[in-house]
Amino acid sequence: MSSLKGWKDLPLATTVPASTSEKVQTGQWRSMRPVWNEEECIHCLQCWIQCPDKSIKATPEGKVTGIDYFFCKGCGTCAAVCPKKAIEMRPESEFIEQ
Amino acid sequence: MSRKDITSGNWAVAEAMRQINPDVVAAYPITPSTDIPMKFSEFVADGLVDTNLVTVESEHSAISACLAAAVSGARVMTASSANGVALMHEIFPIAASYRAPIVFGLVNRSLGAPINIHCDHSDSMAERDSGWIHIYCEDGQEVYDTMIMAVRIAEHKDVLLPVFVCQDGFITSHCFEPVEFMDDEEVRSFIGERDPLFPLLDIDNPVAYGSLALTDYYFEIKRQQVEAMKHVERVYREVAGEFAKKTGRDYPVVDTYKTDDADHIMVIMSSAAGAAKDTVDRLREKGHKVGCLRIRLFRPFPAKAVVDALKGAKSIAVLDRAASLGAPAPLFTEIKGALYDAGIHIPANTYVYGLGGRDFFPHNAEEAFMDLINNNMSPEERYLGLRE
Repeated sequence: MSSLKGWKDLPLATTVPASTSEKVQTGQWRSMRPVWNEEECIHCLQCWIQCPDKSIKATPEGKVTGIDYFFCKGCGTCAAVCPKKAIEMRPESEFIEQ
Repeated sequence: MSRKDITSGNWAVAEAMRQINPDVVAAYPITPSTDIPMKFSEFVADGLVDTNLVTVESEHSAISACLAAAVSGARVMTASSANGVALMHEIFPIAASYRAPIVFGLVNRSLGAPINIHCDHSDSMAERDSGWIHIYCEDGQEVYDTMIMAVRIAEHKDVLLPVFVCQDGFITSHCFEPVEFMDDEEVRSFIGERDPLFPLLDIDNPVAYGSLALTDYYFEIKRQQVEAMKHVERVYREVAGEFAKKTGRDYPVVDTYKTDDADHIMVIMSSAAGAAKDTVDRLREKGHKVGCLRIRLFRPFPAKAVVDALKGAKSIAVLDRAASLGAPAPLFTEIKGALYDAGIHIPANTYVYGLGGRDFFPHNAEEAFMDLINNNMSPEERYLGLRE
């Protein structure tokens, strides 16, 4: 919660500047986290194509580089479509900082 | 040059709207505020205003259209009463939260049932926690003047809140009396142009209104509204001060009538203050030191001004034109709270009067004053003009 803004720093009137969902931290909604195994990945980009929220990070040359946890809601589509099982869905509870 | 004319409270609102020339009016007429959109639609038809008049199919749509226009950057006004106000309720807190400076001619009428078209304050009192500024007017002149001041208060950058300008249904809205109007130019220079903060039509600076904010941000956004309300009294005084310099008509947040040396004070709102003040004069002639405090600004509640006016009294009578069924009446609760916070304990009687438009006569006011004078005090709610 400490990264959330106080009332003095929020824009007024319920407004969200820039009007884009890209800057909304929907990653908070996630209960299962996709974990990418770089060693197994063949960069077929099935996950990049199928992700409904553009949360698979890749280079313009077509190399997967990771997952955008700020935005990923944890739907698990990437893990389901991966032919190499290089993405594993794990409970968020495993990642809570002690 | 200002001009004086015989007009009604409703027509005074419509005339103020003509001079203000708002960008958008969306309205669905309802008794007793019908005259406001009716008269204003004549101005639109005659080409006297540039307003986009949106004739909608319900009050809910009227206030929704007003809200959308206001956050788009438009200057927006509407009017309603009673069940129309109640149908708008869902949108009121949203308008306040979107910081939409809508100016609203609210003509007080009792909520059904039974169906009743006459005045009490049950419609606006039900909206007292909706986040709007509430100003209650005593007569047509005050209604006209307040509509003009309300534009400035609502649109002030430190406030940005919608305003109810309340007047008593039929008693004020339909009573014809002399009202002094400002020049069109004078009104327009006083209100200026609206300079909106985050207009939706500013496509170079896009914003989204009303996004979902759950446990993370809802609370902080409400706290911002609390802060806006804290600025209202200061802005009100600035605007009212400037208005008084221009017109000679001064409207403090509370109207004190012979309260300075009064032992017994009646606290009241809107048109009934006339009968109360007349009664003060008559009882003063008989040697009773009585006074009247009329609450004009109700939200935010001007607690300090109220305490300053009441602190020297030996007893007070608070008169409400609305009941809070199952709890003390709304104005009475506020008055007690203000005095408690100031550490002042004055014996106080609470009276409900005038529900459903029941007339409030000077003899009703005298009855309450005589209770104070005769030290007939108790915490139970009393009723003026009610048949047992």
